[in-house]
Amino acid sequence: MAASSPGYRKRLASLLAPPMLWLGVAYLGALAALFLTSFWTVNAFGTGEIEQVWNLDNYRALFTISVYRTITLRTLAIAIGVTVIDALLALPIALYMAKVASPRARKWLVIGVLMPLWASYLVKAYAWRGLLSDAGPVAWLLRPLGLDTPGYGLTATVITLAYLWLPYMILPMYAGLERLPDSLLDASADLGARPWLTLRRVVVPVLWPAAVAGSIFTFSLTLGDYIAVKIVGGANQMLGNVVYDNSGVAGNLPFAAAVAAIPVVIMVVYLALVRRTGALENL
Amino acid sequence: MNSPVMRRVLAGLAAAVLAVIYVPLILVVVNSFNTSKVFAWPPPSFTTQWWVRAWESSGAREAVWVSVRVALIATLIALVLGTMASLAVQRFTFFGKDTVSLLIILPIALPGIVTGVALKNAFVSVMGINLGFWTIVVAHATFCIVTVFNNAVARLRRLGVNLEEASMDLGAHRWTTFRLVTFPMMRSSLLAGGLLAFALSFDEIIVTTFTAGEGIQTLPIWILQNMFRPQQAPVVNVVAAVLILVSIVPIWLAQRLGGDEGVPAAH
Repeated sequence: MAASSPGYRKRLASLLAPPMLWLGVAYLGALAALFLTSFWTVNAFGTGEIEQVWNLDNYRALFTISVYRTITLRTLAIAIGVTVIDALLALPIALYMAKVASPRARKWLVIGVLMPLWASYLVKAYAWRGLLSDAGPVAWLLRPLGLDTPGYGLTATVITLAYLWLPYMILPMYAGLERLPDSLLDASADLGARPWLTLRRVVVPVLWPAAVAGSIFTFSLTLGDYIAVKIVGGANQMLGNVVYDNSGVAGNLPFAAAVAAIPVVIMVVYLALVRRTGALENL
Repeated sequence: MNSPVMRRVLAGLAAAVLAVIYVPLILVVVNSFNTSKVFAWPPPSFTTQWWVRAWESSGAREAVWVSVRVALIATLIALVLGTMASLAVQRFTFFGKDTVSLLIILPIALPGIVTGVALKNAFVSVMGINLGFWTIVVAHATFCIVTVFNNAVARLRRLGVNLEEASMDLGAHRWTTFRLVTFPMMRSSLLAGGLLAFALSFDEIIVTTFTAGEGIQTLPIWILQNMFRPQQAPVVNVVAAVLILVSIVPIWLAQRLGGDEGVPAAH
């Protein structure tokens, strides 16, 4: 098994070559080509043909045309809203699963949280389209209370995306809490801390990296989505809609490429920010 | 934390969150029998006619068939490539190992629209290929590798190398050792990973909308296109209900297979 023997190298190369050709050459190549394309433009006749002239027009348009700034900020706000809602919803159930439920109940709860991940994305978005519709269950439930369904719009988009990505927040939080020894909780209680204080001083510090790990999912998934907003968002647009609409035949692929760079940049910045929390080891 | 009050509060909140997760799904199933086409609640009365119409819908049936074929081929590619990469990472030491793992996660770590538009651009502008069936397969295989890889790596790490070394000490060649020792011990993890890959591909919509050709409809694309047609909405609802009921199967299978990781990756 000497690492330098020719047989060893040959075996490694033959195992590694096919997946690396697929991902390292084809996929990375596609990403690189997309990046290069963002510095080109389509010709002025509207036929969608790409002219390979290097310029920064697409990026300039992104920064100067206010509608794109609005869409970027809106997408970011939706991602933050979704992440906060998911963290708040995930906390009690993750805590209950990890620290209160019996081992048997815990097993069923894990299955219960996992099951919806197998249910189709579109089915879940469709469910909320029905729930929030004008004659739907939410309106029926809230109207007697003097409230109403939020209808299709940004609120509905945040609700639907939060619903879609909730398991991705629950599972890392649960895994993080499971590693927290019960004796720490007991010690905190023995030393006189009330439950709320224990939650704040013992549980939350352990939970933080796990929650950040979950937020990487909720953030990236929200930034990359444009279907949910089509289904429940009314006329609102997210970054993904701009990318998709410009990638079509009559569209402007170089501009779509430039817009697609925004979520990548946001994710890179976000990952750099959260590196310190140790969240990346929690993935 | 262990005070009875706290426990009860947590139990109540956990039950509420579970209700939030399941009530929408249950309502979709109930609504598939709703006579109202606009999800009117409570349902004026119940009918099975939408189920009959969905059964007779040739568009839905063809879309299911396309999705099944795409998912099967993508899963097969992912199984081969994912297993190879997992063996390389777990059984060899080499420079750049972390980069390999990162590269495999990248297609699902990057926002879906980025992978989608990058592949579309590569197919159409760079290679001059018309979008069609095979462009979907290639796109899906790209982000499915990670599920197989994750499951296989976890299993290989747990197995250790003792049995493989024993096999070779006893005179078996590397291929024989792989065939008779390593592979049988990896099999259930590969099944679990393959199952996840299949589910991931079957359900994927964002990358698919970028890489599907004009006339090709996977089931998610069919659902998306018919969702906004008032006449078709009840049929879409039945398909949705069926998908919810069917999603119980892989969970049950995954439990039986005892895969190392039951978490479908983000798409």
